[in-house]
Amino acid sequence: MKIESKSGSSINNKTGGWRTFIPKVKIEKCIGCGMCAKVCPEGVVFMNEVQGNKKKPEIDFDFCKGCGLCAEECPIKCIDMNLEEK
Amino acid sequence: MYRYEFRRKIVYLKKLFNKIDNFMSKQILEGSHAIAQVIRNIKPGVVSAYPITPQTHIVEDLAEFIANGEANYEYIKAESEFAAASIVEGAQAAGCRTYTATSSQGLLLMLEVIYNIAGMRLPVVMTLANRGVSAPITIWNDHQDAMSARDTGWIMLFAENHQEAVNQHILAYKVGEKLRLPVIVNIDGFLITHSYEGVLVPEIKDIKKYLPNYNPKSGEYLDPENPVTLGAFASPEFYLEIRESLHKDLVLSQGEILNEYEEFKKVFAECIDKDKKIEVDNGLIEYYGNMDAEKLLICMGSVAGTVKETIKDMNNVALLKIRAFRPFPKEEILKNIEGKKEVIILEKAISLGFGGILASEIKSLINFSTKVKNPIIGLGGRDVTCKMIKEIIDCDCFDKEIFVAK
Repeated sequence: MKIESKSGSSINNKTGGWRTFIPKVKIEKCIGCGMCAKVCPEGVVFMNEVQGNKKKPEIDFDFCKGCGLCAEECPIKCIDMNLEEK
Repeated sequence: MYRYEFRRKIVYLKKLFNKIDNFMSKQILEGSHAIAQVIRNIKPGVVSAYPITPQTHIVEDLAEFIANGEANYEYIKAESEFAAASIVEGAQAAGCRTYTATSSQGLLLMLEVIYNIAGMRLPVVMTLANRGVSAPITIWNDHQDAMSARDTGWIMLFAENHQEAVNQHILAYKVGEKLRLPVIVNIDGFLITHSYEGVLVPEIKDIKKYLPNYNPKSGEYLDPENPVTLGAFASPEFYLEIRESLHKDLVLSQGEILNEYEEFKKVFAECIDKDKKIEVDNGLIEYYGNMDAEKLLICMGSVAGTVKETIKDMNNVALLKIRAFRPFPKEEILKNIEGKKEVIILEKAISLGFGGILASEIKSLINFSTKVKNPIIGLGGRDVTCKMIKEIIDCDCFDKEIFVAK
């Protein structure tokens, strides 16, 4: 087994594997305020244009740790934290 | 006419001297001196060690070789065993052959680095002059220090006498560098390190025939041209697999030890003990005595010599000496235990709160109908005598560990 790692390869370490709970956004309910992107400690929530001109959140699950801050802070509670089965 | 005769004599003498020069000669050496000499002949690139009784003479000799200009490795002074282990770890990671030696408390201080060296697959070779551990403070021999490094991922060899210690160091470099596994060669403190015995130390040119230069592959060592990280962070998805592969490689190294020892026997035929009573002699174990004996003694290290002296005239008792404790030679042991009515496991270490360590591992292999005796002997340098071994063979003390002293 190759155990040496090349420089600059830490991006290959998909730390999303540490997650226990996974956030799920109800896109149709979302008002696009962008609070979740602002509070995310990992910076993995991106506000992208998906429907019309409203910006909706997209989450990079390779690095999301499932802390639940986005769900806690969402003003209309449209993010659910579900137990992730692996 | 006279001049012709004279010239012929000189030619004859020259041939004779050449022959003597080529023939390895036996020297009476202290165990530490013999080991230091063989390390010098193996030609490591970096040596770093912190002196501790009873390993001191090895380190002293290696420093003296440098001071006298007899060797050309880098001797790096360390401020502690932790530093010494870290220095050889770094040097080996940079792609050169290294050597260190320690004992007892020194090994305990090194322990964190010991795990790292194995995890990074760096083939460091270390001599461990076995000594008991504190408290109460002791400088004398037993195997309790070695047992603390049992689960670290190193190959662990145990030597019975000076010659075997010398042989195992050469074997250690060959096997270790081939499989990228570190090796500890265990020698009994004082009993081997400070006693004198006839020993053949192979010369540089003979070792060269057996042991090639250390050339790690590109990308497996630290090199500014081809930068890599060794022992980097592994997330839970990878760690289990990396440990599994280390375990499997360690188990599979049994085959390589067997093969390399056979090769060793061919190249260094004079270095092998040719006692007629040795029935099985391979890299992992040695079997001494009748193959159909009913009682089997099992031990490691120098106590095997005492046992051989005791049982040499007994037909019903045999000795199984374990040379490689890690990887644990399960098949080899099972093969030789089969059909024995009684197994006596002589142990120089103890897992406090449980019992014999070697005994527990052997008991896990054999069935319950075999009777097992587990005497704990020689802790902290207590003498082990032939009379004691005789009493142990004759006594009726099965299943529970017993502490035997003269």
